[in-house]
Amino acid sequence: MAKHKLLVAEFDTPAEIVSAAGKLQSAGYRDYDAHTPFPIHGLDKAMKIKDSRLGWIVLGHGITGCLIGLGMQWWMNGVDYQMLIGGKPYFAYQAFVPVTFALTILLSAFGAVFGMFFLNGLPRWSHPLLAHPGFRRHTDDKFYLSVESDDPKFDATKTRALLEEIGGKRVALLEAP
Amino acid sequence: MSQINVMPDSALVVPPEAPHEKLVHGNHTFHDVTELVSEVTERKPELAWKICLALSVSVLGAFGAAVLYLIWSGTGIWGLQQPVGWAWDITNFVFWVGIGHAGTLISAILFLFRQKWRTSINRFAEAMTLFAVACALLFPGIHVGRIWMTYFLAPLPNQMGMWPNFRSPLLWDVFAVGTYGTVSLLFWYVGLIPDIATLRDRAKTKLRAMAYGVLSLGWRGSMRHWINYERSYMILAGISTPLVLSVHTIVSFDFATSVIPGWHTTIFPPYFVAGAIFSGFAMVVTLMVLARQLFGMKDLVTLDHLEKMNKIILLTGTLVGYAYAMEFFIAWYSGNEYEQYAFINRALGPYAWAYWTMITCNVISPQFFWFKRFRRSIPVMFALSILVNIGMWFERFVIIVTSLHRDYLPSSWGYFMPTIWDIAMFVGSFGLFFTLFLLFIRFLPMIAISEVKGVMPEASPHHGHHEGHGHGASIAAAEAR
Repeated sequence: MAKHKLLVAEFDTPAEIVSAAGKLQSAGYRDYDAHTPFPIHGLDKAMKIKDSRLGWIVLGHGITGCLIGLGMQWWMNGVDYQMLIGGKPYFAYQAFVPVTFALTILLSAFGAVFGMFFLNGLPRWSHPLLAHPGFRRHTDDKFYLSVESDDPKFDATKTRALLEEIGGKRVALLEAP
Repeated sequence: MSQINVMPDSALVVPPEAPHEKLVHGNHTFHDVTELVSEVTERKPELAWKICLALSVSVLGAFGAAVLYLIWSGTGIWGLQQPVGWAWDITNFVFWVGIGHAGTLISAILFLFRQKWRTSINRFAEAMTLFAVACALLFPGIHVGRIWMTYFLAPLPNQMGMWPNFRSPLLWDVFAVGTYGTVSLLFWYVGLIPDIATLRDRAKTKLRAMAYGVLSLGWRGSMRHWINYERSYMILAGISTPLVLSVHTIVSFDFATSVIPGWHTTIFPPYFVAGAIFSGFAMVVTLMVLARQLFGMKDLVTLDHLEKMNKIILLTGTLVGYAYAMEFFIAWYSGNEYEQYAFINRALGPYAWAYWTMITCNVISPQFFWFKRFRRSIPVMFALSILVNIGMWFERFVIIVTSLHRDYLPSSWGYFMPTIWDIAMFVGSFGLFFTLFLLFIRFLPMIAISEVKGVMPEASPHHGHHEGHGHGASIAAAEAR
């Protein structure tokens, strides 16, 4: 297997990267990414990124939390350890609402955070981009496009020329260590 | 560019730089924002910060000593007696949980309402939430007296084959506040990830690079990640909103579901939530006024931000005042003499001094914010925010202690007097709060760097491209839809 490579180009403004990403997309590239200090609205459309599936993950977690909450209270107070308090029913679903609600929210929050990590492949502490000293300003004020060597259209010289043509500066080839 | 030219509908175009909407003052670039916020965590700590930390840690130490003595001796060291068997411990708990609510309101509810001004203060307010909830959680933990029994609070299988009683509001509290603390921590951390990555990329020392590197999880600002990230943030805001409203509701159930005159009222849930937001906003103003002064954040946290906060303080303070009045009306309207006595005793009895302190601080003092001059005056808002916090502590004290100290049998009436240990624990909890806070502003970005950049006019792809192609207009139109 060939070594994993990346071509990276720098841009100065959100407008530049949105237009460049659109050109990369229409040139037929698919395995590329943009790296920006904040989400740029319009860039996702230019890159034709599909809508996030996170909502479904959270929904699943929420339903699970709700069932665990209600089931736990039903088993503990309704079946396994019945306490007669004020003549109230053992399975008093009205009184079980707050805990059921809290566990629904708790598991939904786990789904929202850890589901996001899962979809994004985080944590990932080793990545060629993180090792490159010139790339540090992606969390400050510069905008980058990176094209992966896995992309079928990737060609070290042609892709470099295209990145320069669409306005990319300081184009660099990075290799996975 | 044709891909993004969704719908060139000029009627929907939002002017990108309406002057009154400018959230960041002083013509800063993206790099200036990075610099301004990150620099605080990188420079040598100021003498003032060191003195504050030394003070806070000392107070925290006193708190630790008081807790140890409490565990050693039991809750008898407090001023608790019949009939007041529950006083400052629970007052402090409700006080701290309430303060926490402002952070979630700012980070979640204002986010859902697209109130972009929140970006400058949300990180700060969320941190305040976390530390306030940490202080709050300590009190129920220690006020059980026999601390080694606290595992009874959780539904853990045990050798006695017992389960907790889920029909008790005190157990609901454990789940509500526990969930609240956990979700607040997750929300805060998710917001921090891109900013910790900024600190990682600026790191000059190996230690900083390692520590921030691990905490940022390898964040590389990928647009494909941002999509999921923004969705995650939105969902967290969406689920935090009902959560924060439920937490203080459930805290109020601790009282409302009992049959003590003065506690047994249906107005408690909304009244507690309004009071929580009120006290929390006051605490944010107190801390923010100091921090923006000390750390030179005046262009990011502007007077406009503070004025908006003061408006919310005025609104919620007035809501709380309405609730106080309504409690009296219902007491009279109920025709129940015990209920009526509880309220007459509150306003005119031995605790009248506490009641009128509460009214002065909570209802009268925020009324100054009707005037723009006071809303925009730093000394006035600082003084009023402290008064509000004093008032809100007294509100909980008044509700809890005045309702208990005269029960149905006049021979057992009493008057609660705090001991030195009550005071040590209340003051000591501020030591914990401020220690955590001072460490936070030293080691983490106190303003959400990436979010602030996102609301700057330069962040929009159509910035500086207004005339001609019209593609900027189409993005604005797409966003406005």
